[in-house]
Amino acid sequence: MNVPTMADMMAQGKQPEVLFWVGAAGSYDDRAKKISRAFVKILHHANVSFAVLGTEESSTGDAAKRAGNEFLFQMQAMMNIEVLNGYEVKKIVTCDPHSFNTLKNEYPSLGGKYEVFHHTQFIQDLISDGRLKIDESTLQGKRVTFHDPCYLGRGNDVYESPRDLIRRLGVNLTEMKRSKSTALCCGAGGAQMFKDAEKGDKEINVLRTEDALETKPDIIATGCPYCNTMMTDGIKFKEKEAEVVVKDIAELIAEANNL
Amino acid sequence: MQYLPNILFAIALIAGISFFVMNIRKIFRNINLGKEINRTDNKPQRWKNMIKIALGQSKMVRRPVSGFLHIIVYVGFIIINIEVLEIIIDGLLGTHRIFQGFLGNAFYGFLIGTFEILAALVFVAVVLFWTRRNIANIKRFLSSEMKGWPKMDGNMILYFEMVLMTLFIVMNATDTTFQQAGIGNPISQFIAPLFDGFSAEAVHTIERTAWWIHILGILVFLNYLYYSKHLHILLAFPNTFFANLNPKGQFTNLESVTAEVKLMMDPDADPYATPAEGAEAEVPEKFGASDVIDLNKMQLLNAYTCTECGRCTSACPANLTGKKLSPRKIMMDTRDRLEEVGRNIDANGGTFKDDGKQLLNDYILPEELWACTSCNACVEECPVNIDPLSIIMDMRRYLVMEESAAPQELNAMMSNIENNGAPWQYNQQDRLNWAKED
Repeated sequence: MNVPTMADMMAQGKQPEVLFWVGAAGSYDDRAKKISRAFVKILHHANVSFAVLGTEESSTGDAAKRAGNEFLFQMQAMMNIEVLNGYEVKKIVTCDPHSFNTLKNEYPSLGGKYEVFHHTQFIQDLISDGRLKIDESTLQGKRVTFHDPCYLGRGNDVYESPRDLIRRLGVNLTEMKRSKSTALCCGAGGAQMFKDAEKGDKEINVLRTEDALETKPDIIATGCPYCNTMMTDGIKFKEKEAEVVVKDIAELIAEANNL
Repeated sequence: MQYLPNILFAIALIAGISFFVMNIRKIFRNINLGKEINRTDNKPQRWKNMIKIALGQSKMVRRPVSGFLHIIVYVGFIIINIEVLEIIIDGLLGTHRIFQGFLGNAFYGFLIGTFEILAALVFVAVVLFWTRRNIANIKRFLSSEMKGWPKMDGNMILYFEMVLMTLFIVMNATDTTFQQAGIGNPISQFIAPLFDGFSAEAVHTIERTAWWIHILGILVFLNYLYYSKHLHILLAFPNTFFANLNPKGQFTNLESVTAEVKLMMDPDADPYATPAEGAEAEVPEKFGASDVIDLNKMQLLNAYTCTECGRCTSACPANLTGKKLSPRKIMMDTRDRLEEVGRNIDANGGTFKDDGKQLLNDYILPEELWACTSCNACVEECPVNIDPLSIIMDMRRYLVMEESAAPQELNAMMSNIENNGAPWQYNQQDRLNWAKED
């Protein structure tokens, strides 16, 4: 798979249209790596000139910040901003709502001002610019429910772009009882991904999976690598792997277009 | 002697209002113990939010039943102030129903008739509220933080309103000339026959008694606000006006940290350099919050504004899955501690004397703070835009940066970020391996 880096581009004297911010999950987590690859396939298919930072990319610091470590966050942010500004990056796209939120909202006051897109917003723009079409025959008739990531939905009021893309797949989009601004967290946010939950009587991802299963879906669509992991674990816990799959919207689009 | 009632009325009015003003000043003083925060940008949007959310109750109706009942009580409260104004003027001047002559029978009848209908609706709504709180087993009214005073406070407010509404109707029903005029008595006309067997004098005494208890009750209720969650009827307005306008996912970047990080990352910086001439000697700032005075003024206003309705808690994923965290409790604890600090200041002649307590540990436990997923559900739900999440975050910051007291796994995650640029222990040189697989 051809994934150019900013360093390669610079050596060739080129500036890509957009920087793909892969994020730590998208780089290292086996499940999330598939989302990164699906998104790159879409970018190639739509002839988007893009690049990644590759080994020059580092954690945005989101998890450190939500855990309360403002020092570590700001050190990460300033190092990343130095790299991004060094490459004169203007436009960033990412599949991770946590990176999206941090880059978009928290980097500007530290000197990093970019136009930041969640991949669902970016793909939506590709479609409205006529650069990408989604084949709506492949997944036709499937029941799909969408789990809103907190940092995309409530955090940044992005509710429509993922839904718009799902509708374009020709599938049957159903809503959970808690959706959009009242959606339930997957349980991973606020650095919870990296620790055991406090004592309670249930895991949050199990409760959220139950919300999703009530809609009797064939597919649970997600727009966040952490939500994806949490919902996948929830499905395993409920022993529903045979009936229900958890897929990122980028993966669904790549699948629909046979990429 | 003829002026005695007027004088007594004036004394009651002045005493009631002075006591209220004194307490309101105390609230201002307490809120001002918090750190400065600039929330005066984008005024048009702020006015719009206040009108929509506080005046227009736009977030209340997300829960249709309680939202609808709340609007009845709210509209009743606003409109009935015209009646209270008449009572005050009558009381001071010794007149009786001064607006009647002033506004003309038709319009006055229409106004009072409207009040009577609203009073009856408020009464019904309040009874339903009482039933929801005490009989209907609604989960958010049964949480552990709702035991004792918070439960009693909720009921007291309802009893107050029941009594005040009853007195208003009785007052009208026993006002013989008002009943005979037959204007504006759509409800009280059905109550009036209850007093048929009474002498004219007795009916008049009942009317006067109801009138007096009604206005004195309003003055007592006004002063009850300070001690009660009912304070929201006033503070909802500034609270929605000054609420955060940034995206909810955006957390503040601590400026004190920025200065230090910049110094750390600047290769030319000399850590041992003496400060430039004229530069203020910097007081090392505490990172994050362990007590109410470390919070900002908005967070403290939030605490006084909280109505303890529990919509935040009933949307909180941690709370829904049985964890200790309850965003409502975070707000109630913050107010309780702030009032304790305020009483301490009062008792010590205007300065705070260390009482060996703080918000962290004595009120809010780290276990509650670490259960938060920062999902913003509580912030989204609050009908008056309170932000419990910002308090949780500031306290986490204190735990991590001042106490190094994060859970072990988070410490591991943070040292991974520091050393490998990722929350997991992978080599940064492998960061692009995903592109070569498949």
